[in-house]
Amino acid sequence: MEFSPDTPWQKVLDAVRRWARINSPWAIHYNSGSCNGCDIEILATLTPRYDLERFGVKLQGSPRHADILICTGPVTRQSRERLLRIYEQMPDPKFVVAVGSCGLSGGAFRGCYNIVGDISEVVPVDVFIPGCPPRPEAIIFGMVKLLESLKKGKAEVATVSEGAHA
Amino acid sequence: METQRKFIVPIGPQHPALKEPGHFQFTVDGEIVTDASVRLGYVHRGIEKGAENRNWTQNLYLFERICGICSHVHATALAIGVERLAGVQAPPRAQAIRILMAELERIHSHLLWLGVAAHEGGFDTLFMYSWRDREIVMDLLESLSGNRVNYSVNLIGGVKFDVEDKHRDAILRGLDTLEERTRHYLNVVTTDRTFLARTRGVGTMSRNQAELFGTVGPTARASGVARDVRVDAPYEAYTLFPVNLVTDEGGDLMARFVVRTKELFESYRLIREILDHLPSGELTVRVPRKIPAGETVSRVEAPRGELFYFIKSNGGEKPERIKVRTPSLCNWASVMQVAVGHKLADMPMILSGIDPCFSCNDRMVLINRGSSSQVWSWDELRRYGIEYYKKL
Repeated sequence: MEFSPDTPWQKVLDAVRRWARINSPWAIHYNSGSCNGCDIEILATLTPRYDLERFGVKLQGSPRHADILICTGPVTRQSRERLLRIYEQMPDPKFVVAVGSCGLSGGAFRGCYNIVGDISEVVPVDVFIPGCPPRPEAIIFGMVKLLESLKKGKAEVATVSEGAHA
Repeated sequence: METQRKFIVPIGPQHPALKEPGHFQFTVDGEIVTDASVRLGYVHRGIEKGAENRNWTQNLYLFERICGICSHVHATALAIGVERLAGVQAPPRAQAIRILMAELERIHSHLLWLGVAAHEGGFDTLFMYSWRDREIVMDLLESLSGNRVNYSVNLIGGVKFDVEDKHRDAILRGLDTLEERTRHYLNVVTTDRTFLARTRGVGTMSRNQAELFGTVGPTARASGVARDVRVDAPYEAYTLFPVNLVTDEGGDLMARFVVRTKELFESYRLIREILDHLPSGELTVRVPRKIPAGETVSRVEAPRGELFYFIKSNGGEKPERIKVRTPSLCNWASVMQVAVGHKLADMPMILSGIDPCFSCNDRMVLINRGSSSQVWSWDELRRYGIEYYKKL
């Protein structure tokens, strides 16, 4: 049976898929050269006090199951290929959240010889979350921004300002 | 028919178990691991070289970001070394605040590890509980310094903030809760039968092995090696507030859980003592912008073991060379040896048993122009190191 994008059946499928994506996005976490600070804050975001899972966000292992790539740190020369590979393995539509100052600009490591640059130089980024490291509240805010933009039907680029979580 | 083909299970660098990139190759025979190797370097950023382009104050911030988990000890090691080169000493109150922060950081790091290690063993309940309780110490760190991670406590020549009475009360209240919870965790890791099945007798490392592999920190102490920089060569205010060494003879994963949990009690005791006898006085001394030429070695005890800094100044505003040896790097050799003979399913637990931290042990990268990137195995790297030093 062939599916064309305009059949009513396909429209229903699309609606179900979008509903599922917004209510339970699965995330994959990759550290492309960060100092760990952002990683432990992402992990803290998943634990009881902040509990990101209440938005349906689930951290899991395989890029092939993931909708959102949460990436931390500047991109080092060695992890560049790996980051690209993970991004390419993810099924469409996929979204990238860059966490931390290093992911935005290279941060404190800008100018070190083994740094390719920030994450947006390697893969397209949808949400930038600044901070060194960002507070868990800021990470939650960033994820909610992303989910809101998904509700509107497209992922527009959003920047979480530092004051927004206060 | 006997077959010579080996079955190698590659894990990483992106994997669900550890949150940082590291690539492992386990050669397995059935379910038993017969050989293990690790490939590091995904997080190598070139900090040591980068330090040569930044002045001493900027470097304090750069080195704090070697590792987000033990950021304070990195800055402390650098500050102590630079102060020694400059011929000054931080005031007593600053020294006490430094070790107060170091102990608070140790609490956060050990609780973090307890959770992550339990998670590797499939014990997610303990992971969630210990991370919930970890928020108590994160709040304390935040109320003192203004940031949850990368506290920026140190200046060259002192510390940035004072510990006031309101902080003191909050810390004491927090410690009471934490102490009660830690007693519960000690009970869990020593009596929970399912958990013991994953930890008792797994990854056992004898005292001889621990010394042979040059392990440091709680990993060594869990094998009965009495090694702790805070005790062997007390720095800063540790001379005023002596530390009781925690060791265990077990050498297995259970012993590592017990040692780290008992170290938490020691940290609680130490923090209470520091708060009771906090020296009064200034927080900073003046340090010249240009540090006199010379070289020095500075050692501190990070939550994972001995942290070693070599600092060389040429008399300018920037360092000539800073060399860092982090504890995780010392412990890798041991874990690769200990892994042999265990089931593949035990690997996450054994790996996390040394509390690995990749961001601080990724040392080098090899870039071969014109060909694809070359991968060096642990043996090749070791041989290269031996040959290199023979030539010197």
